[in-house]
Amino acid sequence: MTSCDAIVIGGGHNGLTTATVLAKSGRKVMLFEAAEALCASMQTVEIAPGYRTSALSHLVNRLAPEVIRATGLDTACLNRTPAPTVTLGAGEPVVLRGGYGETLDGVSAEEALAFAAFRQKLMAQAAILGRFLTRRPPLPGEITRKDLLPLTTTGLALLRGGRGAARELMRMLLTNVADAADEHLCDDRLRGLMAFDATLGSHMGPRSPGSLLGLYYRLTGSANGIPGAQIVPLGGMGALATAFTAAAERAGVTLRPGTPVARIEAVQGRATGVTLADGTLVQAPVVVSAVHPATTFLQLVDRAEIGTGLTRAFRRHRSRGNVAKLHLALSRVPGFTGVAEADHAGRIVLARSTDHVETAFNPAKYAEFSPDPAMEVVLPSLGQPEMAAEGCTLSALVQFAPYALRGGWAAGKAKLLETILARLEAHAPGLRETIVFADLLPPPEIEARFALPGGHWHHGEMTADQLLFNRPVHAAAGYRTPLDGLWLASAGSHPGGGISGLPGLNAAREILEARP
Amino acid sequence: MIAPRRHPAQDHFRQPLTETPFHPRLAALCETESWYNWAGQKALHSVYDEELEYFAIRSTAAVFDISPMIKYRIRGPGAEAMLNRLTLRDVRKLAPGRVQYTAWCDDAGEVLDDGTLFRPGPQEFRLCSQGRHLPWILDTAEGFDCTVEDESTAIAGLALQGPASFAVLQAAGFSGLETLKTFNIRDLPHEGGQVTISRTGFTGDLGYELFCPAEAALSLWDRLWSAGAPLGLKPIGYNALDRARIEAGFIVPGTDFIATDLALRADRARLPDEIGLDWLVDPAKTQFNGRRAIMAARAKGGPRHVLVGLEVEDNTPAVGAILYHHKKREAGVVSSAIWSPMLKRNIAIASLDAPYGSRITEDLWVEIYALRELRYHKLMKRARIVPRPFLKLRRRTVTPPGLV
Repeated sequence: MTSCDAIVIGGGHNGLTTATVLAKSGRKVMLFEAAEALCASMQTVEIAPGYRTSALSHLVNRLAPEVIRATGLDTACLNRTPAPTVTLGAGEPVVLRGGYGETLDGVSAEEALAFAAFRQKLMAQAAILGRFLTRRPPLPGEITRKDLLPLTTTGLALLRGGRGAARELMRMLLTNVADAADEHLCDDRLRGLMAFDATLGSHMGPRSPGSLLGLYYRLTGSANGIPGAQIVPLGGMGALATAFTAAAERAGVTLRPGTPVARIEAVQGRATGVTLADGTLVQAPVVVSAVHPATTFLQLVDRAEIGTGLTRAFRRHRSRGNVAKLHLALSRVPGFTGVAEADHAGRIVLARSTDHVETAFNPAKYAEFSPDPAMEVVLPSLGQPEMAAEGCTLSALVQFAPYALRGGWAAGKAKLLETILARLEAHAPGLRETIVFADLLPPPEIEARFALPGGHWHHGEMTADQLLFNRPVHAAAGYRTPLDGLWLASAGSHPGGGISGLPGLNAAREILEARP
Repeated sequence: MIAPRRHPAQDHFRQPLTETPFHPRLAALCETESWYNWAGQKALHSVYDEELEYFAIRSTAAVFDISPMIKYRIRGPGAEAMLNRLTLRDVRKLAPGRVQYTAWCDDAGEVLDDGTLFRPGPQEFRLCSQGRHLPWILDTAEGFDCTVEDESTAIAGLALQGPASFAVLQAAGFSGLETLKTFNIRDLPHEGGQVTISRTGFTGDLGYELFCPAEAALSLWDRLWSAGAPLGLKPIGYNALDRARIEAGFIVPGTDFIATDLALRADRARLPDEIGLDWLVDPAKTQFNGRRAIMAARAKGGPRHVLVGLEVEDNTPAVGAILYHHKKREAGVVSSAIWSPMLKRNIAIASLDAPYGSRITEDLWVEIYALRELRYHKLMKRARIVPRPFLKLRRRTVTPPGLV
């Protein structure tokens, strides 16, 4: 039997962040990861001989400065200019530069002014909401003095903008992105881009209630200090995974990849440690689960140790992915029509309009995919010969791809791939004949490959009912759980998904502040 | 995902007011037609005379049809662990062949119901309660190696209570029961099948509960009836039983407390400690539903409500009366009250809002509105907190049962 001060289950970037911060404060921390590699969904993988690309996430747009500071993360791989976003519609593309379109190419002067005003409003609102992301969510009934400071400063920040601005935020907060964009913009390409960005990764269309929250969430992120910016990391996401791992090693975390945890041990409602798949018992007064919260409570914890209400809540927890990941190895760099050569290094979004995204979503409600899906494409190897010595890798997120496809993915996968390739070919003529290798991961394969239940990379829908004090579920919000000594630190906890490290950091801070 | 799983297992709602397996016999004996709806089945407030029925419980023997009780059969190697998750007491301490009075709560520690847990065998249980809890029990059982079956309509139940109840069973040919101790179970043959007899009841008297398949109900009734009638066996309705149970100090969900899943107002739900069920809570056992909340409330300074037994001066039952401290400050409400014929005392069960009933236990008054021929007589009567049960009968527990 082994023992330590804290056990972290799951070696994703959040688990590593928690482990690193706890270790840096002097705790003896052991981290167990089932997969052979840490940060499995952030690896740079070789998809075909000589072609390397990011395994799942392919952009860095919300890595929190607080996390970088707290873990001592080496961010050399992010020393790049932010990548532009190119949105393709009918005709000329629109290019957003800087932090989510500080400057715009390809729209009328009038529309550029409208966009600037809308962007500024959204950024200001996101900045207010962003105050809540770097700490435990305020828990109704348990508001502490610590919560009062951010609540007060948020109130003051709201008032500083005048009553009108405060009222405007309350009006917009739970509306949908389609209405918000229609109100402020005329250009279908910009509205389509916002519709896409607001809904990416969620089971919702732009006209679904509350869809604007997705866009706010994106805009609370920053890269290299620029709000709304995005970076394609040097060496792929694997470089960042390496940095997270190195930070944990430097902090003295005992890292045990390839070591699945079989169950979380508990006695009379208190977690006491874990039993590994090989039968080894490891004891610790603090057990942090940085894997999916439903996995934690429905698989790792003995049902006898938790309440029936909690298991009910987790069975209702919505966490079914609706995005497919596409990897292509191409013998030469594709040319997207109308896109400048330099801008191919950015994020290329195929979302012609709000209607396009909404129409792509409609079949997903009935377990089918659209013949005309929306997608974002990056070429991670551009300018990096070590990623692809010849040609290029292409990485795309395609929505919508329902988790439980009618007829099954075994039959549906080839059809969706064909659909996607036809769309890509239409925008980048000649692309298809350069394909060396193609790999499409619908949600069930994302689930299997990266141990992400439902194939949902946010570890649970980011909708109003599963945010803040209801994330992942009310009884387990704020990192602490009804099982004393068990803490949650995955994207399934506040503030949510994306490569931010904030769930991990916030959890570590709560653990350090908790009285033993 | 949940709904389709539940529906096939539970279709009681399709037919309102069904008849219990004993209905033909009860209907034939009934002189009052005071039928009411008990869990969707016809039950009687009184069969012929409430007063006489009460005295049958206390002086001879009474049969009460408990078939509408909700009965769940839980079987399997994981049944004990599942029930330990579900209920407050330690099921590991419930030996096969025994019965346990228990209660269960939701995650917030608020009481869902109380009931009796029978353990006919090591891996076999029957849980009896007033309310329906199949979805909750099924969800609790998920992940445990056991099956849950609603046998409410398949199994008929009869309470046989009163000082002569043992004699009735003996006369009916159910032999060997003289060794059956309180809260013990025994299976005895009946008509080629079996009837399960437990020494349990809701009267605080010597008494038994008999369970058999619904098909065997009438023959069981007849067997008891032909042997028992000469011994003073009488059929009774709920009103007589209610008097006996108040004397015994038992509480009834819906009357003395509101089950949390049925409460419309959030502040009506109660922790076990708040309705006098603190003694059921076993913090030393394995984890169970509500433990965390119950222990947290205890650490926070004790219950916010206190359920007590009261003795009220004079003889007017204080049903529904408001309790006052110093005749001024509202302190609680009376949920059950009778003039006890056995004790010749005016007794009541009441819920007080702390600190009344906990720190402040003196100078309590009840304000009774007694309607006397279209005029209310407003009575302010002194109430004294007394221990429950109000009535303690030695014969309830003496083995073998005899004339005590």
